[in-house]
Amino acid sequence: MSEGGQIGSNGLKGAGLMRRFSDFLQSAWKTIVVFIPYAWLLIFFLFPFFIVAKISLAEITIASPPFTKMIEWAGNGIVNIRLVFDNYSYILSDSLYYKTYLNSLKISLISTVMCLLIGYPMAYGIVRSGPVAKRVLLFMIILPFWTSFLLRVYAWMGLLADQGTINNLLIGLGIIDEPIRMLYTEFAVFVGVVYTYLPFMILPLYANMEKLDGSLTEAAADLGSKPTNTFFKVTLPLTYPGIVAGSLLVFIPATGEYVIPDLLGGGNVLMIGRLLFNEFFSNTDWPVASAVAIILLFLLVLPMTIYQYYQAKAVEEGQ
Amino acid sequence: MTGTRSRFLTIMITFGMAFFYIPMILLIIYSFNHSKLVPVWGGWSTRWYKVLFESEEVWNAVSLSLQIALVNATVATILGTLAGLAMVRFGRFRGRTLFGGMLVAPLVMPEVITGLSLLVFFISLKELFGWPAERGFTTITIAHITFSLAFVAVIVQARLTGMGQTLEEAASDLGAKPFKVLTAITIPRLAPGMISGWLLAFTLSLDDLVIASFVKGPGADTLPILIFSRIRTGLKPDVNALATIIILIVAVCVAIAALIMFQQQKRELMDQQLAERDGA
Amino acid sequence: MTVEPNAGDSPWLDRDAEPIVQIKNVTKKFGDFTAVNGVDLDIYKGELFCLLGGSGCGKTTLLRMLAGFETPTSGNILIDGGDMSTVPPYERPTNMMFQSYALFPHMTVEKNIAFGLQQDKVPRSEIDDRVHDVLQLVELQDYKKRKPQQLSGGQRQRVALARALVKKPKLLLLDEPLGALDKRLRKQTQFELANIQEQVGITFIVVTHDQEEAMTLSTRIAVMDAGKFVQIGTPTEIYEFPETRFVADFIGSANILDGRVIEDSSSHVKVATDLGEIFIDQGQSVRSGSQIWVGIRPEKIQLNKKPPKKSGTNQAIGIVDDIGYLGDSSIYKIRLESGLIIEVAAPNLTRPMDREHHITWEDTVYLNWAPSSAMLLHA
Repeated sequence: MSEGGQIGSNGLKGAGLMRRFSDFLQSAWKTIVVFIPYAWLLIFFLFPFFIVAKISLAEITIASPPFTKMIEWAGNGIVNIRLVFDNYSYILSDSLYYKTYLNSLKISLISTVMCLLIGYPMAYGIVRSGPVAKRVLLFMIILPFWTSFLLRVYAWMGLLADQGTINNLLIGLGIIDEPIRMLYTEFAVFVGVVYTYLPFMILPLYANMEKLDGSLTEAAADLGSKPTNTFFKVTLPLTYPGIVAGSLLVFIPATGEYVIPDLLGGGNVLMIGRLLFNEFFSNTDWPVASAVAIILLFLLVLPMTIYQYYQAKAVEEGQ
Repeated sequence: MTGTRSRFLTIMITFGMAFFYIPMILLIIYSFNHSKLVPVWGGWSTRWYKVLFESEEVWNAVSLSLQIALVNATVATILGTLAGLAMVRFGRFRGRTLFGGMLVAPLVMPEVITGLSLLVFFISLKELFGWPAERGFTTITIAHITFSLAFVAVIVQARLTGMGQTLEEAASDLGAKPFKVLTAITIPRLAPGMISGWLLAFTLSLDDLVIASFVKGPGADTLPILIFSRIRTGLKPDVNALATIIILIVAVCVAIAALIMFQQQKRELMDQQLAERDGA
Repeated sequence: MTVEPNAGDSPWLDRDAEPIVQIKNVTKKFGDFTAVNGVDLDIYKGELFCLLGGSGCGKTTLLRMLAGFETPTSGNILIDGGDMSTVPPYERPTNMMFQSYALFPHMTVEKNIAFGLQQDKVPRSEIDDRVHDVLQLVELQDYKKRKPQQLSGGQRQRVALARALVKKPKLLLLDEPLGALDKRLRKQTQFELANIQEQVGITFIVVTHDQEEAMTLSTRIAVMDAGKFVQIGTPTEIYEFPETRFVADFIGSANILDGRVIEDSSSHVKVATDLGEIFIDQGQSVRSGSQIWVGIRPEKIQLNKKPPKKSGTNQAIGIVDDIGYLGDSSIYKIRLESGLIIEVAAPNLTRPMDREHHITWEDTVYLNWAPSSAMLLHA
């Protein structure tokens, strides 16, 4: 009897806890679901930026880590806060940085436009293809995206080198005598960026175009509009969201590119991603590198906000 | 509208695809080049594959990269799915805008910025708490998870909006509490999206150079870091071999995935046709 | 209620009238599937012509061939005498009102309507005037600056109509124009549509699967099935003189019976059926002894609780098996001794609680119908 009672009371206690936990889960699970990724992002994504900002306002010293502390206790509970803006004034006055920022923006802007010019007809062509061709073409666009980005850039090194495939071909065909300088020039960087980021332009464009109402172009034709006119007056305006999404998806990361200017541009092409990397690792001037990063961030905040706006709108419209 | 592709568009597509694939095809061809000087053709051989397989450095790097990619993909998929669910199904909650912003920013943020900020963060952590004492597997994995989860979240959000809420509403109507609806209805239906997300996170991690370069330690290198240090100084034939292997593995995997999806779609279509014929 | 055709005449009966649309032996195949199978049709100016049929019968394909979005596999289409084989949609004198309306979401109502006129390089001031006039016609003047997303379904439909009308085309093609509207709105719009057509005098060709719509709107109807025209005629002709069982059953409902002709003369026909002997007071082109089908519409049969004074043809006895109460009328299913079930539709002249006069379940009833009511069906 007492055994049974004991087992009974233990069992009851266990059941009570389980039920309390289960009740807690039922009411709080939504909070938990949001909390976990939210906390992760706050800690590992957002908070680090503040540290970078803090470092950008420090001075470089021989220490590990190589920058001065922001808050120092000076004995009697007095706190010294050192904020040094030298880094920013240094960057903003030095023409090297200024030129590099501008060059980065220039390269990524031109590359974005080229991606658009090449990618738009490709996306449009895929939308207009038969169902089987569509699948095959999409597969072919996505496949390079899954293979190593590094190796594909490396492939272009082989193509563009002085003794590379293209030059060999042109010399072999007798079109030129001397190899054309392509590798380690700005041209190579353009090719690399367009090559790498083209799928990022095509896929959002395709997604947008696929959802367009086919009867709209028929209606335009029915009302007397010739095909070219229909394209410019009806189709193109309706693809603006896709164009914006694709362009931003290319422009923003391309501005801060490191690998492509390094491998294909050598030391000759100024891009801010490379400059930041060198500043950080070669010169170990962390405060300056941090300031460079913060300025780059500011430059990209506007396009990033626009991109987020379009993403949010797309999700809303989907609902 | 389908099937009415003009000639101009066809030409553009052909050139575009050639642009995509010729570099990779050349890479594959040159991996079989006997000559050490890559652009000089020395006959067909597989010697570089042998060199590759015998390199302990390469195997270590591959092993490290795979481990990181596996952990990253799994954790990022979980976190990304939770995030995607919250964004699409939870309506307006406090801090939603910031959350949404943090989910979109990693997609476009230049990697040098993310890498820099994470490295600085880990170092400050070490200063304050003594952890992480040494950077390497853990720090790289954490970094990868941070940006991978954003990609998974995008895929999950897209799939959720496409799926619609009707089935969940039906389950609710039949008495299932919200948590049960989530586990019994939403997640199973979300499974293909989660798998895509997992694969994407896996690939991104395997391929990442910049962020890993920032947050790695003095220990072993990941595969991209190894490759990068080798190719900075010029063309290397064993790298061609490595590239070929990677391309072929990826091509086979993607083809299998596409085939499976295609078969599934075909089966669903047939089932539906059969049902309609019988039911009329 | 059918709308009288323009000028009160029936141009298709006029031997000298030139049709505005001539469809000559047109076939359309999609791979192995034949959507339209060698059809011929002439449509005259001012008609409101309906292509009526179930889904997959080919009516929309035929409409799209008129608009120019599909090319016939064989055969010719002539509009106002001109061969349209090589003419693309943007050069045809036709305008279409799409089933989904196809309004340009990035343009206002005004711009949507003006679009067609801009393609014809009409001067700006004239565009403004014509857009204004057509907006008045569809009663949407106050909405001209709105975008399609800000309009209700009915309003969008009127914009689509206005956009097609403003160019004053020779032919207006309408693809299920009332399909997306709810029932009440549909009835209202039916009349409006017919009125507008009368006002502007443009030839309308309407595709629909809704036979009530076809009956209300049209001057003539072509019933389509499996890519062919099954019967072409005015609403009255189609309803009261269907040629086949398909048509009899597709438009309205009908009791259809197998029968054998037992008497045939120039003034009458007698047919033996499970419903008894049926006497039709008109000569028909049938032979005595041949098998034939007879159709009687439910509303043409009268029900009585008392037996008729004289027995004879066009009579039957049965028991009320089931009643469908519609408020203003009821549908009775009468079971005859032979087991045959006949459907009868009658207005509720008395209220159901009036047990003495009102017919109810299990009542024995006597059926009769006029000698002109039965229809002979040849297929």
